[in-house]
Amino acid sequence: MSQSNNWPLWEVFVRSSRGLSHVHAGSLHAPDEQMAVRNARDLYTRRNEGVSLWVVKSSDIISSDPDEKDSFFESPQGKDYRHATYYKASEGVKHL
Amino acid sequence: MKHEELDAALDSFGDALASATRVTPGNALRPEDIAVDGVAPSDEVAQYALTLGDDALILAQRLAHWISRAPELEEDVALGNIALDILGHARSFLTYAGLAWDKSEDDLAYWREEEEFTSLWIVEQPNGHFGVTIIRQLIVSIYQHLLYQKLATSQDETLAAIAAKAVKEVDYHRDHAIQWTIRLGQGTEESAQKMRHALEILWPYVDEMFRDEPVHQNLESIAVLPSSLKDAWQEEISAVLAEAGLEIPATGQAMAFGRRGEHSEHLGYLLAEMQVLARKHPGASW
Repeated sequence: MSQSNNWPLWEVFVRSSRGLSHVHAGSLHAPDEQMAVRNARDLYTRRNEGVSLWVVKSSDIISSDPDEKDSFFESPQGKDYRHATYYKASEGVKHL
Repeated sequence: MKHEELDAALDSFGDALASATRVTPGNALRPEDIAVDGVAPSDEVAQYALTLGDDALILAQRLAHWISRAPELEEDVALGNIALDILGHARSFLTYAGLAWDKSEDDLAYWREEEEFTSLWIVEQPNGHFGVTIIRQLIVSIYQHLLYQKLATSQDETLAAIAAKAVKEVDYHRDHAIQWTIRLGQGTEESAQKMRHALEILWPYVDEMFRDEPVHQNLESIAVLPSSLKDAWQEEISAVLAEAGLEIPATGQAMAFGRRGEHSEHLGYLLAEMQVLARKHPGASW
């Protein structure tokens, strides 16, 4: 580790088996996208964890602002009617 | 455990339990399976397996030296993974060879002398800088990829099974070396210069890799004739070097006869380090 690491950061997503979604597994440094996929293979699928990999440059990900937590994520609370359990099956409906 | 029970246990440990939520090691041939189920090879087949095992063992030992020393953490893990893959190949080949002589993989790895090792000179050459290691990987992994592809069709079932597993791993080692060769060859003037230097110091050990010895010639349809790999190897490595903007250097060839137990000055030091613990504490285990 003689030089400071000036390779860009990449986020790694692993699909563990067919039919499932890719799930964020972690991040790594790599000089370009091809090496990023290879490094991801070496770092995150050593124990048979995956059948597919995605890498995305961390700087390309737009995330929600933690300071806007209330306006973004508090709003659905108390809105029971957005859940199916809020509604009662009407009489006469047999197959709901 | 009896063999049947062991098989059943291994089955349940492997793909049978593979699911979305459980990570399993999968089913693949392991040295332990060869030790338990393997049929002892003839002395000639064992000698051939020994050459393949020695190449892998010495290369794995060399590559493992990069652990904690690579230019970046990610590359440290990559080289460590490759070293472990190759060590796995060595363990399988040496375990199989040892069945002929009632010796374990450890007997063969730790208790032979330098002149009993049959490895090629290219694998014992020092790591040098990162570019030297990458060029050595390029030369050897393209070679092993071609070799194991052919060996997977060997009439010797165990050799074929070891090769069939190894070829997938070596395919990745080859890709890793190619990616780095292209990047460093096309990189800065300094990186290109270092790659040219690496080619010059390693190219003298190329001819030995393709020399047919009695150990190959006596095993028709079991062993792969090294000379039969030369054209495909030359074509493949030339294409990579051309893409990297590098050229095959005009160097002479070393008088290298590793298959006969004659080695360069580097193997003795490597073995001393590799074998010291086993020899100082015979029979020790974790």
